[in-house]
Amino acid sequence: MQDRMIARAKELLADGTVNRVMGWQKGEFTYDITPAVFHTAEELDRDFVCNDFAAANVSKYLVKESRKEGRILAFLKPCDSYSFAQLMKEHRVLRENVYIIGIPSWGKTDFEKIKARGLSGIKNIKDNGADYFVETVYGDEVTVPKYEVMLDRCKDCKSKKIVVYDELLEEPNGDVIENHRFDEVARLEAMTPDERFAFWRNELSRCIRCNACRNVCPACTCEKCVFDNRDSGVENKAAADSFEENMFHIIRAFHVAGRCTDCGECSRVCPQHIPLHLLNRKFIKDMNELYGDYQAGADPDTRPPMTDFRFDDCEPSVVYERGGAK
Amino acid sequence: MQVEKKPFKPLIVAFCCNWCSYAGADLAGTNRLNYPADVKIIRVPCSCRVNPLFILRAFQRGADGVIICGCHPGDCHYTTGNYYARRRMTLLFSMLDYLGIEKGRTRVEWVSAAEGQKFAETMNSFVETICSLGENKRLEDLRCKTE
Repeated sequence: MQDRMIARAKELLADGTVNRVMGWQKGEFTYDITPAVFHTAEELDRDFVCNDFAAANVSKYLVKESRKEGRILAFLKPCDSYSFAQLMKEHRVLRENVYIIGIPSWGKTDFEKIKARGLSGIKNIKDNGADYFVETVYGDEVTVPKYEVMLDRCKDCKSKKIVVYDELLEEPNGDVIENHRFDEVARLEAMTPDERFAFWRNELSRCIRCNACRNVCPACTCEKCVFDNRDSGVENKAAADSFEENMFHIIRAFHVAGRCTDCGECSRVCPQHIPLHLLNRKFIKDMNELYGDYQAGADPDTRPPMTDFRFDDCEPSVVYERGGAK
Repeated sequence: MQVEKKPFKPLIVAFCCNWCSYAGADLAGTNRLNYPADVKIIRVPCSCRVNPLFILRAFQRGADGVIICGCHPGDCHYTTGNYYARRRMTLLFSMLDYLGIEKGRTRVEWVSAAEGQKFAETMNSFVETICSLGENKRLEDLRCKTE
């Protein structure tokens, strides 16, 4: 797939349709891949890569890139395309300045999960179709089945559909998928408040306030973020106590409620492995249950639940009456 | 030496909409209806002015309970403000519950300008709930504690 992507990108660069390409750049190893913009065919040949570790969502970069001179070519995975469509809906990207090629995704790999198998000093990971052949500097050679090290968000994939594109590299490998992504949320809801409190304290107390979740989130595109407000007292500082940890994560999730496409980037980039997507999914689950099913980014015409209302919406007290333990 | 433990005095923050509930509180006052002095009223132009951060901030600064009072749905001075507030507060309360914060520390009540009686009753029952829940421990900020 990577070769065809490069070939097509070169064609579009050559005929002047676009003047640069948004994609992923090779790192030192197979697994440390970063999003990057390529300007020439040589750069593409040298550095362009798209493998199972190219998990980064590139849509957010297009907010700035689409405002620059000329058109940009972007390769969007299904989840990136949802984010892009959501940004279009919010008029954050200029659609006419982006040429989108939809690429299928079979699920991306979580490098942390490979490391978690007790492997250190990994120098090379070969893709053998159904599994990986991992080599370390200590001479270990291990075969790891792909499915076992897939990103959690990909295991719970919501859709293989590409919602916005100019052309498709190949037919998408599926459509909207019946999934179990709310199971974990439901499990937490069924706990007692004390258990939930202990669970979240355990998770959120690890937060180092690196702001990676905010910076990577394709829905967090404010020019000025509430957490950068100097008068707030919490600007770019590590959380001082449990209150600030809670506050940051509640507000972060609240600000993207109804706009979060559930791309799962927040959890992927968290250096402390906090399951942040569980906060976003809680909002999505609530909105689905209370205000009707809604998938951010799926459809350009529907109104997001948080900028909409019905006269007969439930009262906030419904929260306290709903099931689960007291 | 035995230190006498002070009885728990809750601190309640009530965000009241300027057009309905604030006037409702006024009416409760002029009618000499009793409601606890633990309730501190903050006047807001509309219930939908209440940002989720306001509520968290109130808890941080020592509130034991936060109540938002607005016009009845359909009676908003700005036509639709309280409909948005209703959705927002529903989600926020649900999230607080999800994080294990006690149910009942937050509440939304619709009180019109003519409902002085309802205002007093609401505040009495809310203070009672908060007294039974006790001090806010799960969303407190020790740096903001005065004692």
